[in-house]
Order: sequence, then structure tokens, then C-alpha cells
Amino acid sequence: MSDKPKFAMYWAASCGGCEIAVLNIHEKILDVDANFDIAFWPVAMDAKYKDVEAMEDGSILLTLFNGGIRTEENEHLAKLLRKKSQILVAFGSCAVEGGNPGLANFSTKDQIFETVYSTVSTENPDGVYPQPSFEMPEGTITIPVFEPVLRTLDQVVDVDYYMPGCPPESHQIEAVIDLVIQVLEGKAELPPKGATIGVGPSTCCDECTRTRNVKKIKEFRRIQLVDDIDPDLCLLEQGILCVGPATASGCGAKCPTAGAPCIGCYGPAAGVVDFGARMMTAVASVIDSRDPDEIDRILDGIVDPAGTFYKFNLAHSLLRTGNATWNGK
Amino acid sequence: MERITIDPITRLEGHGKIEIFLDDDGNVANTYFQIPELRGFEQFCVGRPVEEIPIITNRICGVCPEAHHMAGAKAADAVYGVEPPRTGKMLRELMYMAFYVTDHATHFYALGGPDFILGPDAPVAERNILGVIHKVGLEIGGKVIKARKAGHDVVEIIGGRKVHPCTSIPGGLTRGINEEERKHIEELGRYAVEFGQFSLQLFEDLVLKNQEYLDLVLGDIYTVPMHYIGLVDEKNKVNFYDGKVSVVDPDGKRLGKYAPEEYTDWIAERVEPWSYLKFPYLKKVGWKGFVGGKDSGVYSATPLSRLNASDGMATPRAQEAYEKLYDTLGGKPVHQQLVTHWARLVELLYAAERWVELATDPEITSDNYHTVPTQTPSEGVGIVEAPRGTLTHHYWTDERGVATKVNLVVGTTNNYAPISMSIKKAAQAFIKSGTVVTEGLLNRVEMAFRSYDPCFGCATHSLPGQMPLEVKVTDVNGETVEVLRQYC
Repeated sequence: MSDKPKFAMYWAASCGGCEIAVLNIHEKILDVDANFDIAFWPVAMDAKYKDVEAMEDGSILLTLFNGGIRTEENEHLAKLLRKKSQILVAFGSCAVEGGNPGLANFSTKDQIFETVYSTVSTENPDGVYPQPSFEMPEGTITIPVFEPVLRTLDQVVDVDYYMPGCPPESHQIEAVIDLVIQVLEGKAELPPKGATIGVGPSTCCDECTRTRNVKKIKEFRRIQLVDDIDPDLCLLEQGILCVGPATASGCGAKCPTAGAPCIGCYGPAAGVVDFGARMMTAVASVIDSRDPDEIDRILDGIVDPAGTFYKFNLAHSLLRTGNATWNGK
Repeated sequence: MERITIDPITRLEGHGKIEIFLDDDGNVANTYFQIPELRGFEQFCVGRPVEEIPIITNRICGVCPEAHHMAGAKAADAVYGVEPPRTGKMLRELMYMAFYVTDHATHFYALGGPDFILGPDAPVAERNILGVIHKVGLEIGGKVIKARKAGHDVVEIIGGRKVHPCTSIPGGLTRGINEEERKHIEELGRYAVEFGQFSLQLFEDLVLKNQEYLDLVLGDIYTVPMHYIGLVDEKNKVNFYDGKVSVVDPDGKRLGKYAPEEYTDWIAERVEPWSYLKFPYLKKVGWKGFVGGKDSGVYSATPLSRLNASDGMATPRAQEAYEKLYDTLGGKPVHQQLVTHWARLVELLYAAERWVELATDPEITSDNYHTVPTQTPSEGVGIVEAPRGTLTHHYWTDERGVATKVNLVVGTTNNYAPISMSIKKAAQAFIKSGTVVTEGLLNRVEMAFRSYDPCFGCATHSLPGQMPLEVKVTDVNGETVEVLRQYC
């Protein structure tokens, strides 16, 4: 290997979409190649855990880590890569705030196993569940322990930067790569530790091309049940629960532009501590009524408050503070 | 008992692990292919509004989210008992065809192709997509990149985003396309047809005209007779978006066709305590263990399976390619699993032709792309063919359309038992008493499962062309005797 700085990318409990987003930067990937040695990136090349273990501590300059921490193997790799990396970035919603799989934290491990291994198509009369270690006639075989909750990367190790998005948009990835290269060339400085990178300064609404007036809602409506959606008007004003007001800008408001509400994959906007709390505030402020009964009726239109307000960020939300297990205790 | 551990197999989603146990003579006694990962979508989709499940289940796989979005949207349609208007269905299928071209192209050129284009014994450093480009030339590499990008562009136009599309809702879509977009999509589709024909010609020149490869493809090691399933239209032609699932036995006899809502009559899943992934099998035939043949319920759902389970392709050029495949190989069904690479290219051409058909339909730009559901939501099943196998989503909801139960039988899961069997057979063939385990051997074991394009590594759909393996030989005391690795 040359003496170029080393780059790594790893997936834990993730879907692979973050990797695809990085590959979708097309020819820009050549800039990465020109400026870095790729030390470890299971999707693109073949170095093994052992090779990472053999590296000197801090020898990887930059690691993009995606996926939440769901198994002991995920945890092991998080700790290993922390030790070996100078800069560790929580990359994508799952690593930053848990992502959709973080919604599993509403359930216990037993509930998850019970559901998955006894579905309508599963024939499991003896109630067999996967075991971390199992004796076969030929010897013991093992799989990693499924931990009680899904944790975010910074609940397991110290994180230097956060880059949200499900997945992060390619133009944001390109911008971050450009910045890192400029830093390497001495032309720019790194942002302060702990910063969120690859996002805009405001909310999804500010990037949305739909017209916004004063939001006054008498009723929340499910998108499939509306036959007269105005293609140019703010979706929330039309009663469709779009969480753009709480969500960081940076994606280009892709979903609302395509007629679908924002689901919050870019995480909380700057200054927002708890995404769900901010969105509930936003909802409260647009309800056009002072009558408690009517307000109740309007709020009943939100059929899944927990999933709506915490779709990507449950594992990192303030809700976890009351739950010892969620904090890994 | 001595064992060989292959761990980790990188470029799988999470990680795959293979344990190979050797008997006292040093021959393979048994193998276990383990999937050490679980996220629990069936649990945490409960409580969610049904229109959001096709968006959440996207996140099962960032490489084929389009497949989950389609199966999910169809299940959500069924929950409401609503049929999207013709334009709505066509738009969904159009996006899906474009995705198929991209996905199949990636597998052939980046993953499966290098074994043939460069040969299974080519130096490891060359046996990847870059090596393919060196061998076939930069011009062809450019064609591949252009075809993949064309598919991605269409996904973004109709699906709203490049990764994790968001526009399909119960009853249709949130948006349609205008004439300008249609023209652009048609143009890209015409290129895709050209690219599909080119790819089949390349396969013919490089593989079919090479006796050594042909022997490898048609030989016994990669031959595993089993049942096959695949979605077909009313004329029993392969369809990726809609229809019934055709089931054929290892003799090619059709055992029946099931509609989405009948899937539990046909498919059952087995739990093994040593893996997080379940093993589906044909319920009517029954689970007889990891064996092929007529009496075993093991089936596969791959491009080759779909061709085996159908009576042909619905577009003219793909039909010609289908006939050529079976004429060359002596009829249906084909059990040589490496032929899956060829079948994948036949499907790629079909997807491209269908893409153009849909893009040139006069109604594709209609504003009538959504039907508002009127029935009370309850229960529904949606099935599409994901590139890596029949994908089934099944949702139950309360009267408000909030999920109370979710079941998912995902593409590659169908093929878990076949892949395990193929690995065992290849390992048994190559690892014999007294054999020195070489890198070339490892690649041949890899080839056994690479043809299935396993989606445990959905993200295998990217750069270099092999599943990297590490084989550790340990003695009975667990001491490492030898470690062999292969790298790109």
C-alpha cells in the first residue's frame, strides 16, 4: 500500500443503501481513489477483520460507519474501527439515530423472535429460535448474539461527525469528499468535533418548491384517501402529515417534490434536540381549533404517533432516557 | 472433527459464514451456511399505517428497495381491495423494468461475469469488474455504466428518489409523468434493448464458444435438480410485476399456479437454531432436509427458476433468446445452476423490451394514475419477482389501515436451502482427502453461490467481481493449521 491516507467504510445493521449512495457519486469515486488508499470496505474490496485488527491504532484517517448496532458483531466492529480511525463518521440515519430498524426498540428481543419465527408461513411447532451457540453432530457452530436493543453508533463509541440521510444524498457525499480533500491539501479546516455534516442550515420546508401559506388544519388526511391533492401547495396545509418542519434540509426535498410527504430521514433540523418533540410542537401549532373535543378529533387523525414522530430517530430520542435497557444497562 | 471456517464472507448484507466439517479421511462430511443477522421488520412494521410500510420495507435492502416498494404497494392495494388504474400499474411496472435492467447488468458484469469473461483461474487481482473492462475494453465498460445509469434515472423520475423510492401508495402513485419525461424514458429504454442484445451476444462469444467454460457450466458439480417457482402472466410467460406463481417439479411438470393470497398453501418456512434466516420449502412436498429431487420440497426462485417455471417470454427478442437457451441445452428444465447467468441476460432483454413497450403506451402520460380506495382495509398479499426471487409481502390491518401483523418472504430467502446445497456439493467435489486448498478452489466454491446472486449481500451489486473468502483450517484442538485468503 502507498502512503496515501487510508479510508474505510463499514456497514453494521444496515440495508446497503448507504453504500449504493456512495457508489452513485460515479466518477467522483475516482477522487476518493486518487487521494486515499481504501483500507477496508467490504462492499468494494476484500480486506478482512483480521487485516483491520492488524493495523496500527489510528492508522485509518477516515471511516464512514453506517448501520445501527444490533448484534455483538456490530458492536465489536464499531469498537475496532473507533480504535483504528482518526476520524469516525456516523454515516446515514441508522448509525446517526437508529433509522427505521430502531423502531424495534418498542419491542423486546423475545417479542421480535416470537414474531419472526412464528409467522403464518413458518412451520415451527417446537418453537425453535436461533441460538448464539449450537451443538451440531459435527461440532459447535455460532452466530452473534442479538442484543436487547438497537443502539446508535455514539451510544457505543465516541463519534467525530454525524452525516444523516436515508441514505445521504450523493451530492452531499460529493461535497464532504471535496472538503476532506481540501483539508488534506491544507486548503480548508475540519468542522468542530461533533458537528453534523452534509446537511443544510434550515428545514426540509425551505428546500420544498410547494407554496406555503398560513397552515390551519381541521383534519389530518391519509394520502391514499385524498382525491384532490393540489400538486403545488404545501402537503401539511392539505392535512397530509409531512414532517418537513422538523427535518434538516439537505436532501433537496425530494419526497414532497414527488408528491409524497417528508418522513424525516434527514434527521432533526439544526438546534432540535428531539425530533418527535419538535414535530409534535409543529403539529400543535397548525391545528385550527380551540375546542378540546375538536382538537382530540383532529389529533385522532394521526393514527401512528410513535411511528410518525420517531420513524428514524427512536433509538436516539429522549424517550430512551426513561428506559434502562435502551441505554445498554 | 476437523473443520474449515469461511468467515466472514464479505460483500454480504451483514455477514455470511460457512462451516465445512471434514471427516477422518479429510473428505467433506457436512457444511453449514449461516446468516448471522436479523433486524426484525415483521415486528416493527406492526402499528404503522399501511401506506408507510412500502416505504419502511424499502429499508430491508438498499440495493433492491424497488422490489420491496412494489410488493409492499401491491399488498397495500390488496389491503384496501383497490386496483390502481391502468396508468398507475404501468408506471409502477415501468419503474420496475428500468430497475431490473440496472440490477441484472450489475450482477452480470461486476459479479458473475468475471468468472467467465476472465475465467475462474484468472489471477485474483484481475477477476473483478476492472479486469472485465480491461479484457473487453473501455468502450464496453462505458456501455455498462450508461445502462446502469439509465435505469437509475428512470427510478428517480417515477419513484422520486434514486435509493428508496417513495411514490407508490395504495391505489397507485403520488405522481405521473409528462410527455417530456416519457420521451426521455423511451430513449433510455431503446438504449437498454440494444444493451440487452449486446450482452447476450457477448455471453455467446465468450462462454458458449469456449468449450472449457461450457464444460464447467454443464458439468455435474454445479447441477442440483430441484423444484422451481416464478411469477407468470395468464399465458404462462415470465412476468416480474404481476400474475400467479407457477411451481414446477424437477421434471418440469407444473404442479400448479398460486395467486398471491394462496401463498401459505404452497410455501412454508423452517427455522434452524443455527441461523437467523429461515428456510422456505414447498409445503405440499414437505421438508426432507438439504436434498434435491422430486420428493424434497426444496425449490429455488432465480432467473433460471423463472425460465424453468414459465412457458416463455412475453416480448419477441427475449422469446428468441429463451428458445435459444433451451435449444442449446436440450430442453426444460435446466438444472445446471450456473446457467442462471445466461437466464439473467434473457430476463434483462425482456425487461428492456417491456420498458419500451410501457414507455410508448399512449396512456402512460395520463393523469389517471391513482384510484382512491373506498373499502375498509383488512388484509392483503402482494407478490412481485425481485431479481433474486419471488418476493411476498402480507399485511393485516385494523379498520383504520394500521398494521396488526406483517409477514415477509423475501427474495433470496427462497434460495437459502438451494445455496446451502450448492455450496456443500461444490465443497465436496473440490475438498478431498489430501487436497491442498488453493485460491482457485475457493473461487470454484464461490461460483456455486454466486450464480444465485444472493441478496444477503444485496450490496454485492457494486464493484469487484468475487465474494472474498477466507478459509481457516483448524485441527481438533482449534489450533489454526493454515489460513488461505483471496483478495481482489
